[in-house]
Amino acid sequence: MTKQLLKGNEAIAEAAVRAGVDAYFGYPITPQTELLEYMSRRMPELGRVFVQAESELAAINMVYGAACAGRRAMSSSSSPGVSLMQEGLSYIAAAEVPIVLVDVMRGGPGLGNIAPSQADYFQMVKSAGHGDFKPLVLAPASVQEAVDMVALAFDLAEKYRTIVTILLDGVIGQMMEPVELPPMQPRRNQAPDWALTGAAGRPKNGIVPFRLYAEELEVYNQRLQDKLARIAANEVRYREYLLDDAELILVGFGTSGRIALTAVKQARKLGIKAGLLRPVTLWPFPERRLWQLADEARGFLVAEMNAGQMVEDVRLAVGGQAPVKFLGRLGGMVPMPDEILDAIKSLDKATRPVPIIGTIAGSVTPLRRRMSVN
Amino acid sequence: MQHDVVFSGFGGQGVLFCGQLLAYAAMDSGLHVTWFPSYGPEMRGGTANCTLVVSDEEIGSPLVRHPSCAMAFNNPSAEKYEALTAPGGLLIYNASLVSHAVARPDIRAVPIHASEAAAELGNPRLLNMVMLGALLQLTGVLPVEAVERALDAHMSARRPELLALNKQALRRGMADVAG
Amino acid sequence: MITQQLTEEIVADRPQALSPVDTHYCPGCTHGIAHRLIAEVLDELGVRERTVLVAPVGCSVFANNYFEVDAVIAPHGRAPAVATGLKRVQPDKVIFAYQGDGDLASIGTAEIIHAAARGENITVVFINNAVYGMTGGQMAPTSLVGMKTTSSPYGRDVKAMGAPLHMSELIAQVEGAAFVSRRSLHSPAEIRKAKKAIRRAFEVQLNGQGFSMVELLSSCPTNWDMKPVEALRWIETRMVPVFPLGDLKNVTPKSGLKGI
Repeated sequence: MTKQLLKGNEAIAEAAVRAGVDAYFGYPITPQTELLEYMSRRMPELGRVFVQAESELAAINMVYGAACAGRRAMSSSSSPGVSLMQEGLSYIAAAEVPIVLVDVMRGGPGLGNIAPSQADYFQMVKSAGHGDFKPLVLAPASVQEAVDMVALAFDLAEKYRTIVTILLDGVIGQMMEPVELPPMQPRRNQAPDWALTGAAGRPKNGIVPFRLYAEELEVYNQRLQDKLARIAANEVRYREYLLDDAELILVGFGTSGRIALTAVKQARKLGIKAGLLRPVTLWPFPERRLWQLADEARGFLVAEMNAGQMVEDVRLAVGGQAPVKFLGRLGGMVPMPDEILDAIKSLDKATRPVPIIGTIAGSVTPLRRRMSVN
Repeated sequence: MQHDVVFSGFGGQGVLFCGQLLAYAAMDSGLHVTWFPSYGPEMRGGTANCTLVVSDEEIGSPLVRHPSCAMAFNNPSAEKYEALTAPGGLLIYNASLVSHAVARPDIRAVPIHASEAAAELGNPRLLNMVMLGALLQLTGVLPVEAVERALDAHMSARRPELLALNKQALRRGMADVAG
Repeated sequence: MITQQLTEEIVADRPQALSPVDTHYCPGCTHGIAHRLIAEVLDELGVRERTVLVAPVGCSVFANNYFEVDAVIAPHGRAPAVATGLKRVQPDKVIFAYQGDGDLASIGTAEIIHAAARGENITVVFINNAVYGMTGGQMAPTSLVGMKTTSSPYGRDVKAMGAPLHMSELIAQVEGAAFVSRRSLHSPAEIRKAKKAIRRAFEVQLNGQGFSMVELLSSCPTNWDMKPVEALRWIETRMVPVFPLGDLKNVTPKSGLKGI
């Protein structure tokens, strides 16, 4: 299979086509518009559904409708558009229909700007809409990884009847990288038994994101939570780089994760034992792995393109076992490897083990870290 | 091996395409490559730039603060990237349009009269290929044949009549900075 | 000995498309009539088994319980968008949305207008009772001038609150709308006309002609604070003059544009 040089947004679109997406609904917004434009060419060519909706509100509800029919349906947007979609996402979560949403994050708040950003980690991971629910969130760090995630996203969405979002930023959306596209999958030709296809020869189906009485809604919500717990138990994904002997652990997702990798390699050249953990699923979060790593680590450094969002999850996972420092760039600025390297150097300096003197050597473990910082 | 190259100039000078062509050539040569365009508001303001990273191993950051090589197609780009080029790095600038006097002693600054060379070849739009030829000559990032193959493989469908001219312009750029 | 054979003929029965359950609608509310008319039409057209209902947020949020068809509940105002998604991926199915005036004429104006603009091949039944029913009688975009509601206690003042919005007239102007009709449920004669319009709307969809909508003037005795008969009289004397009845648009394959 030969590689092709593709822009992230277009590669994701083609990957969705090859994953058998039946319908795409969207609204133009930079920096994801190429995805919509690609679909506007490609979907009609294949006799599939493309609609440019009047708003993101409408787009996500069209996705809701198509998904209710048991078809593979998706949308894509960027931060302000996702804000408008939150109402629909909440209904979809309650309705338990599988959908895939791609969010190519840009600078905020407000109109913000169109530069790459990770400022919507909280929005997607913690509060994708009203009520108690969480989408499964995948965070690619390269165009190839984004491509590979699309079919996975549909499979997971259908396996759990849940929302799967692919959360990236403008860098990955706009960047071109060589990618190997997956082969074209046949589209599913049979709707699942819960789908709204008309009550022919069977009792009617209802998709009802609604329980009037608190007693009923609690039972219903508990079932949703049980499902989320299964996802949390089974679907944690992350990548590790140079962690075997690492004393300082960087954590970053998406673009800031791959930039941190450059800084980690530079630090290694300076003799600093740094490593990188890059969460691939932001929810569920690789908290258990971080807890394990915290046992041996001198310190953590979290790099993000926001004012400090995922770092809260890292701190929860680390549970005070080691200092957790944060480096963030705001407003669409992207951290550069050299500034991450500087932060690694300071963390190294601040967490160097204190020499052990005389008879208290027995307490070496508790003294090893927990000096200074934060 | 890693090269970070920034291509910068006015919209319409073929800056983005210049970087893309090198990205195709790098990909076809089995190398890792990232191409990232500035897509922000400055794009609407008439400037264009992109960052290319070519490496023989997995690429971390697709963005660089201090590129090992900067290609300045116009005067504002020469001013900007003189300051940003990594120490020991290379600044190739289009001397036809750059009036800024490059003064940094710790970088290698190479002027090339690319606009004039393109005009002499009969099409001012060949400017980007002349600049790219200079880059190939001075960095050895890829052999010119690899770029020519990339032209054949990825561009011929668009403007077949320009293919030979593009190749000529690449060679012209190489020759102008050789020796 | 004389034997007399007694035979019974069923002259009225529950339509198959209507579920055999009691509704939660208030006494005197005309939602039930609207439901029955739709169900009769689905039966007559023989499409019940390939029909999907998009229920709204509002008093008819439970409509999925009352129709014997597949159904989904849409977010407030978004029913036309949800219907669009359902229809586009299964154009052979009959998709209809059932919306109230808060849903369609207020929060969902963008969705209804653009569904019509796309000529989306769906049918919308629009219940206009000039008030927000489910939340307890607040002012709706279709509330009459001077009408007292729980959120316009001094009466609807045009200067501050605007005049009633005429959705059918608006939608009729949109090119993609093939059939738009306003009918009323206040008398047996009008109910028969309403059924005819509903049937026509579904036929338009079955013919693939594009967007169809029937607005039904309906009563809300509870929130209007009237007895059921008074409420029907109020539709006739107060609402009909503001919202005139008739087909506002009826595009047939042969006739082209008709009405307005």
